[in-house]
Amino acid sequence: MELNAKIPAGPLADKWDRHRFELKLVNPANKRKFTVIVVGSGLAGASAVATLSELGYQVLCLCFQDSPRRAHSIAAQGGINAAKNYQNDGDSIFRLFYDTVKGGDFRAREANVYRLAQISVNIIDQCVAQGVPFAREYGGLLANRSFGGAQVSRTFYARGQTGQQLLLGAYQALEKEIAKGGVRMLPRTEMLDLVVVDGRARGIVARNLVTGEISTHLADAVVLGTGGYGNVFYLSTNAKGCNTTAIWRAHRRGALFGNPCYTQIHPTCIPVSGDFQSKLTLMSESLRNDGRVWVPKRQGDTRPPHEVPEGERDYYLERKYPSFGNLAPRDIASRAAKEACDDGRGVGPGGLGVYLDFADAIRRLGEDTIRERYGNLFEMYQRITDENPYRVPMRIYPAVHYTMGGLWVDYNLMSTIPGLFVIGEANFSDHGANRLGASALMQGLADGYFILPYTIGDYLAGVRLGAPPADHPEVRGAMEQVASRTRRLLAAHGSRTVDSFHRELGKLLWDKCGMARTAAGLSEAIQRIPAIRDEFWRNVNVPGSDGELNQALERAGRVADFLELGELMCRDALHREESCGGHFRVEHQTEDGEAKRDDERFAYVAAWQYRGDDQDPCLVKEPLEFESVTLATRSYK
Amino acid sequence: MAVFWRSAIGKKVVMAATGLIGVAYVIAHMVGNLQVFQGADKLNGYAAMLHGPFKGALWAARAVLLAAVVLHVVAAWQLTQLDRAARPAAYARREPQISTLASRTMRWGGVLLLVFIVFHILHFTTGTIQPAPFVAGDVYGNMVGGFRVWWVALFYALAMVALGFHLYHGAWSSARTLGVAPPSPRPFRRPLAATIALVVAVGFALVPLAVFFGIVK
Amino acid sequence: MNLTLRVWRQPGPAAAGRLVDYDARDISPDASFLEMLDVVNEGLLEKGEVPIAFDHDCREGICGSCGLMINGVAHGPVKGTATCQLHMRSFRDGDVVVVEPWRARAFPVLRDLVVDRGAFDRIIAAGGYVSVNTGSAPDGNVIPVAKSDADAAMDAAQCIGCGACVAACPNGSASLFTAAKITHLALLPQGQPERGRRALRMVAQMDAEGFGGCTLFGECQEACPKEISIDTIAQMNRDYLVALMRQRPDPVAASG
Ligand SMILES: Cc1cc2nc3c(=O)[nH]c(=O)nc-3n(C[C@H](O)[C@H](O)[C@H](O)COP(=O)(O)OP(=O)(O)OC[C@H]3O[C@@H](n4cnc5c(N)ncnc54)[C@H](O)[C@@H]3O)c2cc1C
Ligand code: HEM
Ligand code: HEM
Ligand code: SF4
Ligand code: F3S
Ligand code: FES
Repeated sequence: MELNAKIPAGPLADKWDRHRFELKLVNPANKRKFTVIVVGSGLAGASAVATLSELGYQVLCLCFQDSPRRAHSIAAQGGINAAKNYQNDGDSIFRLFYDTVKGGDFRAREANVYRLAQISVNIIDQCVAQGVPFAREYGGLLANRSFGGAQVSRTFYARGQTGQQLLLGAYQALEKEIAKGGVRMLPRTEMLDLVVVDGRARGIVARNLVTGEISTHLADAVVLGTGGYGNVFYLSTNAKGCNTTAIWRAHRRGALFGNPCYTQIHPTCIPVSGDFQSKLTLMSESLRNDGRVWVPKRQGDTRPPHEVPEGERDYYLERKYPSFGNLAPRDIASRAAKEACDDGRGVGPGGLGVYLDFADAIRRLGEDTIRERYGNLFEMYQRITDENPYRVPMRIYPAVHYTMGGLWVDYNLMSTIPGLFVIGEANFSDHGANRLGASALMQGLADGYFILPYTIGDYLAGVRLGAPPADHPEVRGAMEQVASRTRRLLAAHGSRTVDSFHRELGKLLWDKCGMARTAAGLSEAIQRIPAIRDEFWRNVNVPGSDGELNQALERAGRVADFLELGELMCRDALHREESCGGHFRVEHQTEDGEAKRDDERFAYVAAWQYRGDDQDPCLVKEPLEFESVTLATRSYK
Repeated sequence: MAVFWRSAIGKKVVMAATGLIGVAYVIAHMVGNLQVFQGADKLNGYAAMLHGPFKGALWAARAVLLAAVVLHVVAAWQLTQLDRAARPAAYARREPQISTLASRTMRWGGVLLLVFIVFHILHFTTGTIQPAPFVAGDVYGNMVGGFRVWWVALFYALAMVALGFHLYHGAWSSARTLGVAPPSPRPFRRPLAATIALVVAVGFALVPLAVFFGIVK
Repeated sequence: MNLTLRVWRQPGPAAAGRLVDYDARDISPDASFLEMLDVVNEGLLEKGEVPIAFDHDCREGICGSCGLMINGVAHGPVKGTATCQLHMRSFRDGDVVVVEPWRARAFPVLRDLVVDRGAFDRIIAAGGYVSVNTGSAPDGNVIPVAKSDADAAMDAAQCIGCGACVAACPNGSASLFTAAKITHLALLPQGQPERGRRALRMVAQMDAEGFGGCTLFGECQEACPKEISIDTIAQMNRDYLVALMRQRPDPVAASG
């Protein structure tokens, strides 16, 4: 099959404007007649729902939490990028574009990224107008901070709760539209399958998580804003509920999956403290603005940090990357930490940690300034570890954080299934092989507020869709499949809990498909995962019934999908014989341990097509052309 | 107006406003009562003046007070019903964290105050209840007579404790109900309310106690 | 450490519920309260029993999903902390811990410790927003906002919608939640045009949902994981009164 990214012709800077002009419009009177299902109420989903309803479409929105306001976007801490150049430090749309492409290790689409940079400025205006309380200077103007992977100060923030404030802004816009009657909201409702009729996405099958009732919802187009799949690793910084079900089900229905192996490991998380651990907590990387990362020079040095004299400390990021220092991009900072620990110089329990030290910053700026900037993060750290970071350096370790991979979409954010659009972290996105800090919030809101609402109109205006075919065999079929799958999960009556399988899968992926990947390890994982999957279906134990609120059942369904996705991730990682961004293949590195890209053979998006459980997925390539940037070795030295 | 009264905030505002009228009244009343320490003539003269030249004002005041008490009680009743209905199932265990005893006794304390006020008017104003012989106009005599009876003095003293509590919370909370309290880093501080509560309660209680222990004869 | 849990179990919205005892064995003091429940649930699952249902998602104290009445205190003993951020080191070996769901007429129990907080969404839908459509916004720096105002607005905007204020309030009042949103938007220039309307409609909805009135007990502020101040309640009352006096109450508020 052929992939057409539908990238508009013309000079980079004019593509989006021209495209917007060329897009077909739906006449206002007809908008009311179209129904759009949006799955997800995160930044991407909520902003799309609100905007689509403002435009006049009938919107149905689902989320699995009890309120749309609780989507995982709420947890974003650090901030959101925008090329406003308010700080007059030489920022520009082109620089944000370039930083993002470079940060993504030249594995993203130029046209998409440029559009993202263009739109970034409108996002800030929109959010300010909604009453998002961004941090301000004394003069009353918006404040900025710098963030990993950038040398300019372009990140807007609201204390350490930027995602929360942005999401509440979008959520409030969504509630406003609910009040106006344009949106029907179904919280505690989980999409379990996609309905495809005559090759077009026409609806979904969903389960009411309170009553257990399974029903179909039909529409003229379906939008997935269902977030990332980092929880495939079991331990990640994602919220517990984050899952792959929506996009995985769509993948099985024909949507290609782009770059599944591109996962981001975040350098600044709180280290694991025991096997009861249910998730990992991120410390916003904005901390790296003022914190200095170090480990003892000597191996197995067990002295408490303050007893290690300056001379015997290795500020390895500052040493290896003089120009970016502690602000080196995430993949690089994470790998550096791993190396230090593998080298036996890690600190804390199990030697799985490095110091993030604020002593200098506190000496330079005073404790109050630091508290002003990171107060709530420090509190969170102390609450979890029982250590006071104002006195002792934080201990941090990398953790799975974000998935650049996702469903493949064209320039219009439409997947390979006509009528199925994918936005936010759920699509394979604009971040290439690695996402820069503060750019996911930007992408989610760009997709939802400013891109999808235009492009979906072009699709709806262009097709003749009959009334949703309620009794079409495809519809009843999808519904029946979901019901029987649920029954199977409940019928296994095995002896192992869902979590035990999830943990097993997670550990395997972390070891074989984590920060450093080898052909041998990946092949081994590809052997073992089907076995785990097998046992899961035979031996899982899910008590209760499907006619009630049953959290074990919810989790079982999600883990079942993770068990399929995990294998695809390993296949993708194995096939990509290069190191780029978050994907580090041990076989492909420079002598001083830096990632080695292979632009001749791998400058493409790897999109995988599902061909049935008994067949291997097939790889479809979307070549990446770079007209405006020259592919350089990504150096932060 | 309908909206106002239907809303919980509206009812609360009525409570606050009428409550503050009450506060003003009790302060004035207490000051008046303290003249008992200056002897019969002074107090009776004061009373006579109120009932004589200022009769009009007195009746006006009575009207306002009556209206205030009625509104206050009706609102209190309705709010209490509303608040109870909002938590049909009780917790097996609940540990109050910072709510004051005063705030938690507003309702029963209020009921006690109501009983007191009724009794009090039948006792001193109408003379319907006569623990000791009642002589219209001889306020001083009526007080001294009444408070020599131990249970009357005791009842009054207790009622004043209830009043003190009621004001310790009420005088503070009403400012927030009316939205006139400025933001503060420590919103639970209440120097003014505490003073009012203490002064009023003690000021009133002095009288029955002084009489009972024979300081005022 | 070992504890005895006394947990509210209720099979469904209509069903009757009761407190059931479980023992939590060798719990790490570094585990969070929810991780302790995970351990207990894994135990139940291994025995083929139905695990304890409770809401949770971010486990970072920000999504507002979690919320348990722990020994009679909303979100448990540590101030300014959501249940998911409460760690077992705040308990002593051998403790008996009573775990109940939020209890309020407006928060019906769905199962065990899971309640329906949809009323909060409806209060926001009644007016907790600024009516600007996408695309119509002026440049973000056109209207300067004093840092102190932005900070104060942020203090109120931090509300995570957990419902602990309602749970802790003897009156089952949603005043703090509603006031937090009214205050957040009242402190910013963008919130001014709809300020009065917002107060009228949100307050009307709050009453319509069956929450209690505010006696100013102050328990809500103490329970709030974001330590939102009851000063916001004074602000809400002020805005509400001013709005009532200024404009003819709008029909929605009246019919509230
Ligand atoms: C701890 C943390 C901190 C972060 N900090 C930053 C930061 O500082 N800056 C930045 O730019 N990015 C940050 N990120 C990344 C960013 O937060 C996310 O990538 C982004 O919020 C994703 O938004 P989304 O709308 O795509 O998905 P989400 O916000 O995850 O929303 C997913 C939605 O889909 C719904 N859903 C999912 N599956 C189903 C289903 N099957 N049925 C029904 N509904 C479903 C969920 O209910 C939810 O409403 C951070 C991420 C984490 C984990
Ligand atoms: C120990 C405390 C008190 C004493 C000794 C006292 C004494 C009196 C006396 C002697 C009178 C009759 C005055 C007259 O008829 O000229 C009176 C009237 C009254 N008192 Fe008190 N009083 C006390 C406390 C209170 C309190 C706490 C309240 C209110 C909460 C109150 C409310 C009234 C009212 C409403 C009247 C009727 C006034 C009128 O209309 O004539 N009193 N009081
Ligand atoms: C007549 C019998 C009385 C009853 C039944 C009564 C009852 C109550 C109740 C139940 C409340 C709390 C309402 C709430 O916040 O839910 C209250 C508040 C209050 N009461 Fe009374 N009360 C009475 C008399 C008085 C008197 C005599 C005074 C003054 C001297 C007074 C002053 C106040 C004040 C100031 C408040 C605070 C209102 C607020 O919080 O805004 N009350 N009363
Ligand atoms: S005000 Fe506080 S307690 Fe109430 S919902 Fe918001 S965060 Fe929770
Ligand atoms: S506890 Fe309840 S009474 Fe008011 S101050 Fe808080 S809402
Ligand atoms: S789980 Fe999100 S706040 Fe506790």
